[in-house]
Amino acid sequence: MATDLLRFATIGSVDDGKSTLVGRLLVDTRQLFDDQLAAVEAASQKRGVGDLDLSFVTDGLRAEREQGITIDVAYRYAATPERKFVIADCPGHVQYTANMATGASNADVALVVLDATAGLKEQTRRHLCIAGLLGVRHLIVAANKMDLVDWDEATFRAVEKDVNDVAHRLGFDTPIIVPVSALHGDNVVEPSYLNTWYDGPTVLAALNSAPAGAWASSHDGARLPIQWVLRQPGGGRTYAGMINGSTLSVGQKVRLLPAGVDTTIVGIRGPRGSMDSAEPGLSVDVDIAEDTSAGRGDVLASEPFPTVTNEISATVCWFADAPLSAGQRLRLKHTSHSTPAFVDAVTSVVDVDQLSLTDAEQLVRNEIGHVTITTADPLSVDDYRSNRVGGSFVLIDEKSNATVAAGMIGHVTFA
Amino acid sequence: MATDHLDILESHAIFIIREVVAECERPVLLFSGGKDSAVLLHLATKAFAPNKIPFPVMHVDTGHNFQEVIDYRDERVDTLGLQLVVASVQEAIDKGRVPDPGPLGMRNRLQTTALLDAINAHKFDAAFGGARRDEDKARAKERVLSFRDRFGQWDPRAQRPELWQLYQGKVNPGEHLRAFPLSDWTELDVWNYIRRENVPLPTIYFAHMRPVIKRDDMWLSVGDFVHPQHGEVIERHMVRFRTVGDASCTGAVRSSADTLDAIIKEIETSNVSERGATRADDRFSETAMEDRKREGYF
Repeated sequence: MATDLLRFATIGSVDDGKSTLVGRLLVDTRQLFDDQLAAVEAASQKRGVGDLDLSFVTDGLRAEREQGITIDVAYRYAATPERKFVIADCPGHVQYTANMATGASNADVALVVLDATAGLKEQTRRHLCIAGLLGVRHLIVAANKMDLVDWDEATFRAVEKDVNDVAHRLGFDTPIIVPVSALHGDNVVEPSYLNTWYDGPTVLAALNSAPAGAWASSHDGARLPIQWVLRQPGGGRTYAGMINGSTLSVGQKVRLLPAGVDTTIVGIRGPRGSMDSAEPGLSVDVDIAEDTSAGRGDVLASEPFPTVTNEISATVCWFADAPLSAGQRLRLKHTSHSTPAFVDAVTSVVDVDQLSLTDAEQLVRNEIGHVTITTADPLSVDDYRSNRVGGSFVLIDEKSNATVAAGMIGHVTFA
Repeated sequence: MATDHLDILESHAIFIIREVVAECERPVLLFSGGKDSAVLLHLATKAFAPNKIPFPVMHVDTGHNFQEVIDYRDERVDTLGLQLVVASVQEAIDKGRVPDPGPLGMRNRLQTTALLDAINAHKFDAAFGGARRDEDKARAKERVLSFRDRFGQWDPRAQRPELWQLYQGKVNPGEHLRAFPLSDWTELDVWNYIRRENVPLPTIYFAHMRPVIKRDDMWLSVGDFVHPQHGEVIERHMVRFRTVGDASCTGAVRSSADTLDAIIKEIETSNVSERGATRADDRFSETAMEDRKREGYF
């Protein structure tokens, strides 16, 4: 897996300065073209928000600029001599939690932006909680607006303590916490000359050295969920899909699931031709020794195998207006497999402020909780914490086809 | 062979193409003959090799074409054995579906009607496009699979959540999806990939001598659709095109870059974005692209 591409998502509460920080990062690393910068300047002046409102770099929708908030994720791209970045600038408002989850779901790293003068808000805790559930392990925390308290060290240390405590309880690696002023650019790309007590990395330096490629691998077993069957000129078939989990190699013993047929990989072809082995994240088609009736929705897996089951126990984040409760019928999409599903029970809800679970019978919009689900077809599932691809699913409203929930197989616990 | 970020982008795009084809009944690939759709077509070929691409391609034809691009389009269709659907803006004008902007008027916005009419007529439920999020601030907000209602409209305030790589493509009859497999590619990624893969391109992307006039700070190619007006002077310059669109409003850039290496070097040091350099249609207002997209534009 290439490490020269880092995907990060900015998370945190509304008005704490996420878009401004991303704007600052892009401007100070000279990622913006002259005409784009001129357009941001013109829009800022038109709306009377000063010479250059950095948030307008990513807040590109008419409604966002009118209201001064981020509604949906903006994706931006940046390159430094060290690596390339895909940046998902997520909305902070609670109403747009589904959009935040969209942006964070593929992130290697979460860049948490919080207002150091206001402490750790409930919405920041919610975002941290979702990022943690989504399997993001690495946090870079920009303690923003330090200019408003004249770079008071005590203010920073108080926030640092709260962040470390929450990060520990949610199972994150020890975060890198940077005091910054996004507005003035201190410690974002350039070190601040205003503070004497911080000698850690700038936000950019932390991003340049953060671990990449986490989402695709972390599991011992290789997985190839079959997307499509290709017919070969000789009459045989090969199975196309994207590898996850770990490397798949020619000669490797695999099991076709849910059928349970053991077979061997006899050929792998990637986008650039035949390969002896292929890493997670690559789209390939493979040839197997047995003549099977494998098709879309099946998976080729090496040991340790996924669990084949019709009953899943999962943590879901609910996005629809109407609450989720037992007895609801939905469609569930897991890897390349879609199946009707019944919600058997909602058992508990996460209290994002206390970081604890309480008993519940329903989940309202933007709540996270534990559910049990029965599916019409058997699924080959992994625990989300060991494999993000094999452990994730979405729930879909059968009438409108809207995606109404993000699901992670297994249960969340708090330290 | 080590994987680099182009390999990751390539595999991700192939994954998206396969997923949409598997989930949708009648996909189509929007093929303008521009570099992004050329890359998209190349990726679609890879996604289904050794089988043929299992869907048609559609050209939304404004009637204001660069001949080199039409030649290129036809050569690709022949070589790859594709079915070509042409959605004609001229036809929409002739049928009175859209107002006639006059022989020299801008036709970019009119493409929306021709595109949506063709999507309805052919009952396409997914249309692949080569749009990239780095092109424009409204595109930067759009999902990889972007839902369109029965009126073809995009609602940026109510996009479907799109988590992980679980792209779900179900739509009800009359609705459709736009699918953007190149969402996370930058202009430079596209050019580096074209060089790596030897993707064929129309000749107008490479520097050549051409009669041009300067209008609205852009170099427009003098020809059937652009005539000098009010004291505009025809000059001859070495130019190339950074994007391919309607010939009446797509600007050329002064350039001597006549090889892929030279083009990539030029883009790496450019101070102006590709749309800023070449598209008159984005200069009307702050949210020109968002407004067009809401109506159903690419």
